[in-house]
Amino acid sequence: MPEENIVRTKEVWKVYQMGKVEVEALKGISVEIKAGEYLSIMGPSGSGKTTFFNMVGGLDKPSSGKVYIDEVDVAQLDAYELAWLRCRKIGYIFQTFNIIPVMTALENVTLPMTFAGLTTDESRDKGVELLTKVGLGDRVTHKPFELSGGQQQRVAIARAMANDPAIILADEPTGNLDLRTGREIIELLREMNDDSGVTIISATHDMKMISVSDRVVWIRDGQVEKIERREDLDIAVGTIDGKEEA
Amino acid sequence: MSESEFVAYRAAKIGKQIVLPLSKAVEISLKGMSIRFWRSLLTVSLIVLAIAFLVYILATAAIVASLVRLDDPQINIILQRSGVEAQEIGAGGQGSLFAQISHKQYWLIVLSLMVCVVGITNAMLMSVTERFREIGTMKCLGALDSFIVKLFLLESSFQGIMGTAAGIVLGVILAILHTLVVYGSSSFRVFPGLTVLSIAGISLFIGTCLSVVGAILPAVRAARMEPVVAMRVEE
Repeated sequence: MPEENIVRTKEVWKVYQMGKVEVEALKGISVEIKAGEYLSIMGPSGSGKTTFFNMVGGLDKPSSGKVYIDEVDVAQLDAYELAWLRCRKIGYIFQTFNIIPVMTALENVTLPMTFAGLTTDESRDKGVELLTKVGLGDRVTHKPFELSGGQQQRVAIARAMANDPAIILADEPTGNLDLRTGREIIELLREMNDDSGVTIISATHDMKMISVSDRVVWIRDGQVEKIERREDLDIAVGTIDGKEEA
Repeated sequence: MSESEFVAYRAAKIGKQIVLPLSKAVEISLKGMSIRFWRSLLTVSLIVLAIAFLVYILATAAIVASLVRLDDPQINIILQRSGVEAQEIGAGGQGSLFAQISHKQYWLIVLSLMVCVVGITNAMLMSVTERFREIGTMKCLGALDSFIVKLFLLESSFQGIMGTAAGIVLGVILAILHTLVVYGSSSFRVFPGLTVLSIAGISLFIGTCLSVVGAILPAVRAARMEPVVAMRVEE
């Protein structure tokens, strides 16, 4: 695995103005994420996890400090470059799936390819290929409401992979799924990570996620509480899995 | 390479690499309309009513004007009875369309068109609020602000064209019925087809413009939406 940083944050602070009170959501977070890594960001709600996650994905800008994606300072990018970044570099997966309801599974997957300038034929072929890869080869023309939650999330994963991104950003990808479907989705993400070397960053409080993550960043009160590598986690995860199976 | 150089290099290199071809945009907005058929119908009905009123007034005036030009003594009596100005009648070829529209009617037309624009804006704003997650998702997939504006304006202009077409048909039918009842079958004899056709053309233009104007504010609001709204969980 290359030792190149795909995302790097330096002393990131985020301060929100709530009426007259200033709320510090992030208090100086510095994290380095390597290319090809499977990283989970864990933390209770209100810990600043989501805020930090949005920073890493270029969806929010820090009050102070720097976020580098592929060694480029996100704060310096204009709207056009940010769109380019979102289209080509980052694939997003949402807790609520966010499949565009008016489009079929295939059209959802081909939309980012259309933005990236691929022709209709090219994007259709690639879209079918991606949907087959996530196990929906026989459902390409289905509308979102004809698909189950797990299937919708598979479409979302195929869509996130559309332009061969360097990073997949998954916000609670299993939050709206049952235990088994959630596990399948996690396995699929791990597979994508192994096959194409795409960096996966997910914000979650799903303990199932830990067993596949290379590293887990724990956030509490806007600060990094601890960063654990998988080797250090294995034993703890075993018991959690055991409980779930029982 | 320093950081700023790298950014500049990247900006130059990417050029116009994020695109949304017009044909695709048309496809997406048509699909959006068909799936939200009833909401679209509500917006369209606003235009139908406003344009039907406009066309009804104009077409009736055109028919009356051609009856005035006809200068038939029997019809002149009916014209007089229904309040057409005496100096107009029997002037022989002087009857013009605009002479048949009162100031009050002008005001009513202007007001109804204004109400229509406000109604369209309101309906489109609701549609934007309903679709905030969809818009946020599109932006996460790399859509530029201009794509969102394009989609909304296209959708609105299709609605405008459909609504106006229906409004023209409705307005012309009403005008014919009105003149048939008041002036009898002679109004058919002098039906000013060409004038009514040009009224239809002008109305189509006005209706489409109104629809697009009404959608500008909602479209810009949608385009300014931050992509992060797609992440929100609450419905």
